[in-house]
Amino acid sequence: MDNFILARRRRELMVAGALLVVAVVVPRFIADVTTLNVIILSLLFAGLAQAWNILGGYCGQISLGHALYFGIGAYVSTLLYVHAGLPPSAGIFLGGVVGGIAALLVGWPCFRLSGHYYAIATVVVGEIGYLLFLNWDYVGGATGVYIPIAKPSLLNLQFGKDKLPYLYLVLAFAAATWIAAWLIEGSRWGYAWRAVKDDVVAARSLGVNIFSSKMAAAAISGFFTGLGGAIYGLYVGYIDPDSVMAGHFSILIALPAVLGGVGTLWGPILGAALLIPVKELSSSYLGGSGRGVDLMLYGAMIVVVALAQPQGLVLLFRRRAHGPA
Amino acid sequence: MTLETLLQVAAGGLLMGLIYALVAAGLSLIFGLMDVVNFAHGELMMLAMYAVFVIWDATGLDPLWQLPVVAGLLFLTGMAIYRGLIARALSVPFNRGMVQIFVTFGLAIFIRGAAQFVWGGEFRAVNHTWLSDRSLNLGGVFLPLPQLAASAVCLAAFAGLLAISRTEFGRALEATREDRDAVALIGIDRDRIFAMGWGLGAGAVGIAGVMLAGFYYVGPNVGASFALIAYVTVALGGFGSMAGALVAGVLIGEVEAFTAVVLEPSLKQIGVFAVYLLVLMFRPRGLFGKL
Amino acid sequence: MALLEIAGVSKSFGGVAANVDISFEVAEGEILGLIGPNGAGKTSLFNSIAGEVTPDSGEIRLDGIRVSGLGPVECAARGIARTFQVVRSFDSMTVLENVMVGAFARTAHAREAMREATETLDFCGLRGRADRPAWSLSPPEKRRLEVARALATHPRVLLLDEMLTGLTPTEAQEGVQLVRDVQRRGITIIMVEHVMEIVLPLVSRAVVLNLGRVLTIGQPAEIVRNPEVIRAYLGDRYAAA
Repeated sequence: MDNFILARRRRELMVAGALLVVAVVVPRFIADVTTLNVIILSLLFAGLAQAWNILGGYCGQISLGHALYFGIGAYVSTLLYVHAGLPPSAGIFLGGVVGGIAALLVGWPCFRLSGHYYAIATVVVGEIGYLLFLNWDYVGGATGVYIPIAKPSLLNLQFGKDKLPYLYLVLAFAAATWIAAWLIEGSRWGYAWRAVKDDVVAARSLGVNIFSSKMAAAAISGFFTGLGGAIYGLYVGYIDPDSVMAGHFSILIALPAVLGGVGTLWGPILGAALLIPVKELSSSYLGGSGRGVDLMLYGAMIVVVALAQPQGLVLLFRRRAHGPA
Repeated sequence: MTLETLLQVAAGGLLMGLIYALVAAGLSLIFGLMDVVNFAHGELMMLAMYAVFVIWDATGLDPLWQLPVVAGLLFLTGMAIYRGLIARALSVPFNRGMVQIFVTFGLAIFIRGAAQFVWGGEFRAVNHTWLSDRSLNLGGVFLPLPQLAASAVCLAAFAGLLAISRTEFGRALEATREDRDAVALIGIDRDRIFAMGWGLGAGAVGIAGVMLAGFYYVGPNVGASFALIAYVTVALGGFGSMAGALVAGVLIGEVEAFTAVVLEPSLKQIGVFAVYLLVLMFRPRGLFGKL
Repeated sequence: MALLEIAGVSKSFGGVAANVDISFEVAEGEILGLIGPNGAGKTSLFNSIAGEVTPDSGEIRLDGIRVSGLGPVECAARGIARTFQVVRSFDSMTVLENVMVGAFARTAHAREAMREATETLDFCGLRGRADRPAWSLSPPEKRRLEVARALATHPRVLLLDEMLTGLTPTEAQEGVQLVRDVQRRGITIIMVEHVMEIVLPLVSRAVVLNLGRVLTIGQPAEIVRNPEVIRAYLGDRYAAA
């Protein structure tokens, strides 16, 4: 049997494959470290925003506390390496698993709340995590933890000064989140979650279990966010609560998805491709003066995009508007 | 802990709590009216504090005398934000909830950047006000006059908000809150009511900012920390409830003061957040919330 | 034995009694009308049957097994499906995807759900709309979409909440035809309607509610002649006349 859904899904896979080829080949011809750094961060946040999108976009639970799972992933992977000698190639997955468990633990009480009450509760939970890590000596407190430099190897996921392997690592991460989202879109879960987002009462009248839908979405979202956090920790080589758990990370994780288009496959990628370069370039060229011009630009861009494309930038790529007139 | 310390801590918590309450009241008013959480609320307070600093720096005018001027300025700023951005954000056909979150959030970042641009990143403080370094001794419990004045003004502002709700305009506000579409039929200009609501909300946080400037430093990030407490206060009290904001504000001030003493000052917010989450487990819509 | 038994169901909201000691039975394959003036407690009773609310007392049994208090998810799993008075479509999805959500109640496989949903759309006359976003449908189409979504869960009992209200005569006639088709599939139907003229020709029996209580139960011909029913609907003036 064939229909428009299957055709659309095939088309999406083909576009993704083409993009992947471009993303693998093009960076080989880029030597500039700053450019590579911007690409790495854009890919990382494309993946993180996709992870957020799984809970926030598909399931409609606007979490503003994802920095918690991001930070937990970074800390778990780093501390297992520093204290137990576990190679980061395994550690990042454990970071993801603990991130997913954390998302379940947060979801269990918070999914009883709706709308703004849920959003603010997630802000608060994220802030509690930040404060706890700031005051917890075992994890380095405010001083943070350095990741000891090891011989470049795949096992340790350390590549010295060479940026390209890191780029492929975050590319793999971004691709994995995209594939997860693509699989979810075509599965029973994806349908249930979107139903939960659109109308809870109608969803449960059709046998959709609201709570377990939210929990499943949270677990997957938390897993990938933790994984991304662990990779980020390896990349920057040093973590402290301010660099991996501060509240603004929660926003930065959600923002690309919102600007690009929530609940869509391409939104997070598109949003990250616009947002992260603007943010990074403006802060390195304008932020150096310490005069806040980068923040003004960044803030203004958020306002303008949100107002001009409330459904996200993905709409620019569609022929017909999808939404109530 | 002696009885005297206990009272001292409780008094400090109460004084701070009343300021939180007024900041939250402005936020709650706007939310109750149109379901919009203003994520730039803290930045409005910051603007009020900078305004106080600038006027004081230029003229030496005491913050207390600046109160009506700055509150008025903030009222106009609030209305301008509504007309310029929020009205647009409310009229988008899709994702209205997310758009309003991120429009106000983007505005917050913009204002923060603008403050840094104009005044730099360093902290400023209004020294030597008429009230500074004076305190009231109440049987061994010392109440610093700037804080005392601030809470008195906050209480007065609350009374003012209450009085406004009794007027013709207040009833229009209430009607708009209850049924947004029906009010148009009885000749209430919804847009004007919303703009006034934003003016009042910004004015309220402006008053809190003026009083806070009398004893608190101001910097580009001062709004963010107060805003977080304000969101917690509003959610704890119940979105849209004025009484909730007052009770929750005082409760949070007390919890914060006592956590700082019993545990340690760096953990004071954890106490607040823990109490907030605990209450929400039993009352998912806050203490007084219906929305 | 009746398929569905409503046994002494009472429910009040904040001290206001919505349903008081309501009892009746629904036979398998029957179309039962649930009628009454506004505020009679029809939708409240529907919510109890669908599991959306738990009755304060009394029970609801499907095949002799209690279903009241099990919640909407379990009720759906046991074969009670419903539509809503105010249409609730999943507006971020296409029409086919909306119906697939229902179909997933019986299968975990996307292909299977897609096939089921396509067939159901065919049955409900929405085939040509499958790839449209749900929000873009006309009001009568949206009501059909709700029926299709509910049917895709393979229900034994289908609760239709004012499905024909507010439609033009032609649209209502098409709706009536759809209800008859559904019945022919062996599905038991309970219809809430506010307007008697629409529903009475369609049903085998009707339960009339007034002020939360059962006023009378009977065949359409008996209902229209019942003076109490006329009084409830039109007020004393008309009953006396």
